[in-house]
Amino acid sequence: MRRIQVEGQGDFDEWRNAARALVAQGVWPDDVAWLSAWEDPGLFGEGEIPEMPESGPQITVPRSFAEAAEAAVCHSDENRFPLLYRLLWRLQSNRGLMQDRADRDVAELHKLVKSVRRDSHKMKAFVRFKEVGVGENGRRRFAAWFEPDHFIVARTAPFFARRFADMDWLIATPKGSASWNGDTLSIDPTPATKLRHTDEADELWRIYFSNIFNPARLKVKAMQAEMPKKYWKNLPEAALIPELIATAESRVRAMAAAQPTLPPAFHERLQAEWEGEKSREAVAPADAGAALAQEISACRRCPLHGPATQAVCGEGPLDAEIMLIGEQPGDREDLAGRPFIGPAGQVLDEGLSRAGLAREKLYLTNAVKHFKYEPRGKRRLHKRPDAGEVRHCRWWLEKEFALVRPKIVLALGATAYQALTGETRPMEEVRSMPIPIDEGRMLFVTVHPAYLLRIPEPEKQAQERARFHEDLQAVVRLHAAQAA
Amino acid sequence: MRKSLARRLAILSDAAKYDASCASSGTQKRQSGTGGGLGSTEGSGICHAYAPDGRCISLLKILMTNFCIYDCAYCINRSSSNVERARFTPDEIVWLTTEFYRRNYIEGLFLSSGIIRSSDDTMAEMVKVAEDLRVKHDFRGYIHLKTIPEASPHLIEKAGLFADRLSLNIELPTDQGLSRYAPEKKPLGIRRAMGDLRLKIEEAREPTLQTKRRKKFAPAGQSTQMIVGADGANDATILGSSARLYSSYSLKRVYYSAFSPIPDASKSLPLVKPPLIREHRLYQADWLYRFYGFSVDEITEGREDGMLDLDLDPKLAWALGNRDRFPVDINTADREMLLRVPGLGQKVVKSILSARRQRRLTLEDLKRLGASLRKVKPFVTAGGWSPIKLIDRSDLRDMFAPQPEQLALF
Repeated sequence: MRRIQVEGQGDFDEWRNAARALVAQGVWPDDVAWLSAWEDPGLFGEGEIPEMPESGPQITVPRSFAEAAEAAVCHSDENRFPLLYRLLWRLQSNRGLMQDRADRDVAELHKLVKSVRRDSHKMKAFVRFKEVGVGENGRRRFAAWFEPDHFIVARTAPFFARRFADMDWLIATPKGSASWNGDTLSIDPTPATKLRHTDEADELWRIYFSNIFNPARLKVKAMQAEMPKKYWKNLPEAALIPELIATAESRVRAMAAAQPTLPPAFHERLQAEWEGEKSREAVAPADAGAALAQEISACRRCPLHGPATQAVCGEGPLDAEIMLIGEQPGDREDLAGRPFIGPAGQVLDEGLSRAGLAREKLYLTNAVKHFKYEPRGKRRLHKRPDAGEVRHCRWWLEKEFALVRPKIVLALGATAYQALTGETRPMEEVRSMPIPIDEGRMLFVTVHPAYLLRIPEPEKQAQERARFHEDLQAVVRLHAAQAA
Repeated sequence: MRKSLARRLAILSDAAKYDASCASSGTQKRQSGTGGGLGSTEGSGICHAYAPDGRCISLLKILMTNFCIYDCAYCINRSSSNVERARFTPDEIVWLTTEFYRRNYIEGLFLSSGIIRSSDDTMAEMVKVAEDLRVKHDFRGYIHLKTIPEASPHLIEKAGLFADRLSLNIELPTDQGLSRYAPEKKPLGIRRAMGDLRLKIEEAREPTLQTKRRKKFAPAGQSTQMIVGADGANDATILGSSARLYSSYSLKRVYYSAFSPIPDASKSLPLVKPPLIREHRLYQADWLYRFYGFSVDEITEGREDGMLDLDLDPKLAWALGNRDRFPVDINTADREMLLRVPGLGQKVVKSILSARRQRRLTLEDLKRLGASLRKVKPFVTAGGWSPIKLIDRSDLRDMFAPQPEQLALF
């Protein structure tokens, strides 16, 4: 049996050097006893510190083990050293061991790690600094007393240095201390004696703590699961807890029993102002387009308005000669409240500029004004509007027609065609040719730009894009012919 | 006479407690370290204290003022309430935040406010607090600002520059509920403001062409809150609203806040015991939607009234209603199906997938991985374990439902 001496205060290098030497010497886990000076000071000096053989083998471990071991050595359980050494030994012949979290030793290791991490997390949470004056350097000085379960001071102190750089601080604990002076972080493993400072700000903190508490939702167990009583003695706010619990019920009863009161005087004045504002809102909009947009915004003709952000109205000059009609707004359009600004809008813009059509001279709108979708996690999946929804929304499309009176109507996709004609026809039967409608007006049909984005094969997509561009050029020719 | 700072702190924290949000996580990493400054943020948030209501306290959550021109029936600060009113100056909020922070009471500030004068006036003052903290005091801790829906875009832009998170409360799950209980609030305005925030947040995440650096805009995203139990909306409606909010506005969180008694309550909303279990079930369902691949319909299909089962967690309730999908073989099932097994969380599923590459797993292994065997057993097969008799039992539900309380002689 080899008796190995360690300090046992969370120093990872100390354990690693000893363990490495033992593996190199081929010492079986069952043949090692770990003696920790911290846990049993009487034993100090009785054990050995093993040395690395000069031509020892290279010892490697998975990174996940190194990280876990670094945390586990901070645990105060005296079995951590035999456990870690056994794992190190087993890892030499079973490299995949760490992936098996259900393995007895690996599971035990993770238990230790979890408990150390939790202790360290609670230290970050429950350290309470008290202001103790100003240092010679003119910096404000703070001190805190904390009682951790494990040897976590060195492990946790850098957090406080990152957070409280512009003040001097000291955290004293029975398992060592840490201090910071703006330049250096110092760790001292000697057990400290309890600090007893007071701070006036604690009173404000207690006021906050008792007022942010809602007496109608008493959940004492939930509180204690996260803030166990062992921490209470060093938390300035904890002394209030018993009283807050004891009076909670009567406070709630008093709220329920209270008689309704008359509103304060300023409430009446405010309500009068709201009434005034409502009548101001009813002021007539700037022009007929704005008036129509206002009506569309308030549309409740079908259920699609419910889940959508807003109605997306048509956009463009009211005397435009060409009117473009798409299917419905998409995700981006729904958010921004403008038609054709998403990915399909970009495809359209590219086509328009190739054809020499200026977007700002066109009136762009959609057959359906609200975005129809299905929530799927963090995304919205586009859903095609059904015939009924298209029919309901035709009401608005007709109003837009009456307002803009375009010479050419460019229908993008089957839904737009359906909205205009009331029929459903295969795209190939109607696209790429002028179709006369009422009053010498021409209808021209092509695909919706979103269709181009959905074609997976690059070759076919390029082909279809070219056809789309040709269609837009045909519209330009048709427009020129009309003008002549 | 002006009220003391302590008195105003009492009033304005009491007025802020009905906002459930307390998160301080998920923002960019910052530290004071070199170059001075105060504060840091590092991924996960820290709860610095817990109140006896079980809620964590990680931020100084206060209102700038509890004067408000709105009259929302559910709100302690509505204009028709006789609650004591107060306000802080921006300097006082900055002082409280930094002094609380230095003593390690908090992770940062959550600043909300009643609406005074106009939306822009209110928003401008809140933005000033955030700006002073960041610019004058070099504060690098967490800042959460409540945004006012009707505030001007330039103020929102500035708010996003200084704050980690912005939030806007939807308050009630339906527009009808809102127009009944919060007549001055405009649902369309709230939705548009959320849409604008999402676009701004996404735009900031795109690296710019010139610098490849990302602009900073609300790096911890946006969140919202719904009050549960004030209006008549059922759970299916509430969860449907959440799904819509998550998918439409990329919200980081939807908070559910059980409607809770307030002093000087409105006649139109009688006080009830806050539905805390219902709130808890909604959070569980919310998790199932976001992390476990469930759709809202699946979660709420079990009952005709559209309410979640208060006795069982929603995953267990779903499993009991879909027994033909079980038992699941933990040694072969895919991740999606493992996530649907009651008692297996995301971490355990990850460990199962990793460990079963090494060897065949038994029930004992599941226990070591941290699964609750009592819940898991009827729904899985594992090395040496098959639940055939359990899964067909007609009293399976009773095994999980809370035991009826024993009657005592009176």
